[in-house]
This record gives sequence, C-alpha cells and structure tokens, in this order.
Amino acid sequence: MEVVEKKKLKVATTSLAGCFGCHMSFLDIDERLFDLVELVEFDRSPLTDIKEVGKCDIGIIEGGLCNAENVHVLLEFRRQCKVLIAMGACAVNGGLPAQRNHLPLAEILSEVYLSSPGLGNGMIPNDPELPLPLNQVHPIHEVVKVDVFIPGCPPSGDAIWKVLTDLLSGQGPSLGHGLLHYD
Amino acid sequence: MTQTFTLDGQEIPFTPGQTIIQAALAAGVFIPHLCYHPEFKPHGSCKLCTVKVNGRHTASCTFKANTGLQVESNTEELNAERRTLVQMLFVEGNHFCPSCEKSGNCQLQATAYDLGMMSPHFDHFFPDRPVDASHPELLLDFNRCILCSLCVRASRDVDGKSVFALADRGIQSHLIVNAESGQLADTNVSVDDKAVQVCPVGVILRKRQGFVVPIGERTYDELPISGHVHGAVTLTEES
Repeated sequence: MEVVEKKKLKVATTSLAGCFGCHMSFLDIDERLFDLVELVEFDRSPLTDIKEVGKCDIGIIEGGLCNAENVHVLLEFRRQCKVLIAMGACAVNGGLPAQRNHLPLAEILSEVYLSSPGLGNGMIPNDPELPLPLNQVHPIHEVVKVDVFIPGCPPSGDAIWKVLTDLLSGQGPSLGHGLLHYD
Repeated sequence: MTQTFTLDGQEIPFTPGQTIIQAALAAGVFIPHLCYHPEFKPHGSCKLCTVKVNGRHTASCTFKANTGLQVESNTEELNAERRTLVQMLFVEGNHFCPSCEKSGNCQLQATAYDLGMMSPHFDHFFPDRPVDASHPELLLDFNRCILCSLCVRASRDVDGKSVFALADRGIQSHLIVNAESGQLADTNVSVDDKAVQVCPVGVILRKRQGFVVPIGERTYDELPISGHVHGAVTLTEES
C-alpha cells in the first residue's frame, strides 16, 4: 500500500544585520530539530547554503537593515514567503547595530577606517561588490509587512519552538511570562 | 458599612478620598501603571492606568472611588489601548533592553511583557539624546526617559531639592537637570535621594551597581509585574 507523505511546509531563514546568535539559538531547540524536519523542509538558509529564496510558507529573518543588500534580501523574502517572522531584537527594533543611529555615517566610517589607532594608510572600503550602508539601521517592519515577531537577544530556543509550533498547528503565536524577553 | 465599587465584576472596598487605583491595589487587584506611585501625588500623564468608569475612559490614578461605580480594567479593549501606549513609549525613546542594566527591573519592560507586546509596531524615532555621566556616583541615560516625572516629584516633594524638571511641551518634552551647566555633577543630588530610587526605567542609575543582581534573578524574572501588587508598593531599585 502506498503511504501518502504529508506535504512539508517550506521554511527559509536568513541573517541580515544580525550576529547569527538567533540562528544559534534556533539550533538550541536541540533534539526537537528532528520533530521539526518531519514537518518542514528548509529552502534558503545558512543550514542549507541555498543562495536564493524560493516560494516558501514561512520566512524567518534575523537582523535589521543596515545596508542595501539587507533591503534587497528582505524584499525577496517578503515576495516569496506567505508568513514572515522577525526573529530577535535586531529584526524587531534594530538592536545593537541601531545604536549607531544618532551618529552621522561619514563620521563612523572615518573613525573606523581612517582615524582609529593602528590603521596605517587606512581607507574606507569602496569595492563595487560591497553593499552600501544605510544612513540608519532599521527594524524590518519599517520596510515590509511582518506577520510574526519573536523578540529577544536572542529569543530562547524554547521561545522560537513555541512560536513555530503555534504556527504549524494553525494558532496565533503567543509567548507567556518567562518566554517573552526583549533582552 | 464598607463602601465599595465594582471592578471587572469584583466588589472593591474603598475609604472616601481614595482613587480607583489606590483602592484596587490595596485590594490586591493590579491595574497597569507607570507614572503612578503610591507615595506621590498622581501625575495622570502616562495613561496606562486608564479604565472605563460607567463606560467612559478615565485615568484610575486621578479618579476618586465612589459607591456603586462600574469600572472595567482588565478587558481586551483597554489592554490593547495600553499596549499601543507602551509601543509609542518604546519607539519615542531608545529602549535597547539587551544593553540596558535595568533590564529585568524595568517597569516599562515588565509592563510591556505583561501586556504581551510582541513588537514596537510603529516606526522608531531613534532620537539623539546624549547621556550625562558627569556625576561620580550616578549616570543619567535620557534615552530611556518616559517622562513619568517621578524623579521630578520625588526630588521636589521628598528630597526638597528640585534637581529634575520636565522642560518644553508635547513631543519636545524632555527631562532636564536643574543646574546652570545642565550637568548632574553640578547639583546637590545624592545617591540616597528618593529621586534616585524612584526611576521606573533605566534613566537614573547608580554607577558600578548595574549587574550586582544578575540577569535572570531580577524583580520581574520570577513573577510578572501584575503579580507584584503588594511588592510594587515600594519601588526601590535593588530590593
């Protein structure tokens, strides 16, 4: 008898202006990853090394927007994913990278590449392949519609698991006391 | 006979002169609040404690309890409005919890958790607000100020110093220091002042005390802020 295989949901993940800490925390769901891969199949993600995002059910974004490439990738994810999740403080409110927002970009680049001690003959990188930095770092909901937010720096593996399993079972995701953290 | 009013279907006793929030907290019923503090005259500005009294919105920290009032507080509608208010506070300032030493002891953060705030929703202002580290014992980080005026009231009414004030109006409102230089070091503020103890967020901080109590063992780690009804009566920093 033929076994009908349940169609798996497609999930893509990426890290924009983040530190990959949220992806590390995602791996902290530990052995529950085995349960997860029964339910989902990964598309573009650091876990698969697929470079372009295809049609997906769920897109998970770590990090905010600090350069033009971040914006490009975010728009691609929004176009391709039915449900878009902002994972972690940087995606949710800009996080640590956004703490540069009160400083003029030229001043930052000059301090980092020209005037800091130890940078003999320093120059501001200008290779055309490098994406241009934005004047300010923005959380992703300021550019695209975001369906689900998982705050935290990083959100715990348990918080990520709770949101994913809520979503996969068709419920509105919620985090109660102890799981909801902004730090 | 004890006089009572009805709060979310529950009879709340009060003594004449008490406000709705005073009577509710005394009865162990939590109403979210930020600028209200039991030891100070109400300011009525944060609007978090807004309830419906006989169907009309009003701040429960300024409205006097009265016999037979029908008060709604813990409803989906009012909590959604409170969540929006908190979201506006978050985007108006620079509230980066991961790098804030008040995290876990912060009433703004704890209130947002309690209201289930999952995102800031609005566009961020990312205002430019330099910190004042001039004082040897205290740090002032204006990025986190929510204009509750508790330090203003405490410094004026308890410490008798008027070290702090709110300047300008509307969206321009901001906390200032009462010194010609504008620097905290040039005031007679002291670490023992009530004004220093009372900040509900991470603006007025004792230097070198930030992580004496580790993250994970702080005021709102074990119990959400709504579970601190009796504990919340004295809002000392490291209790």
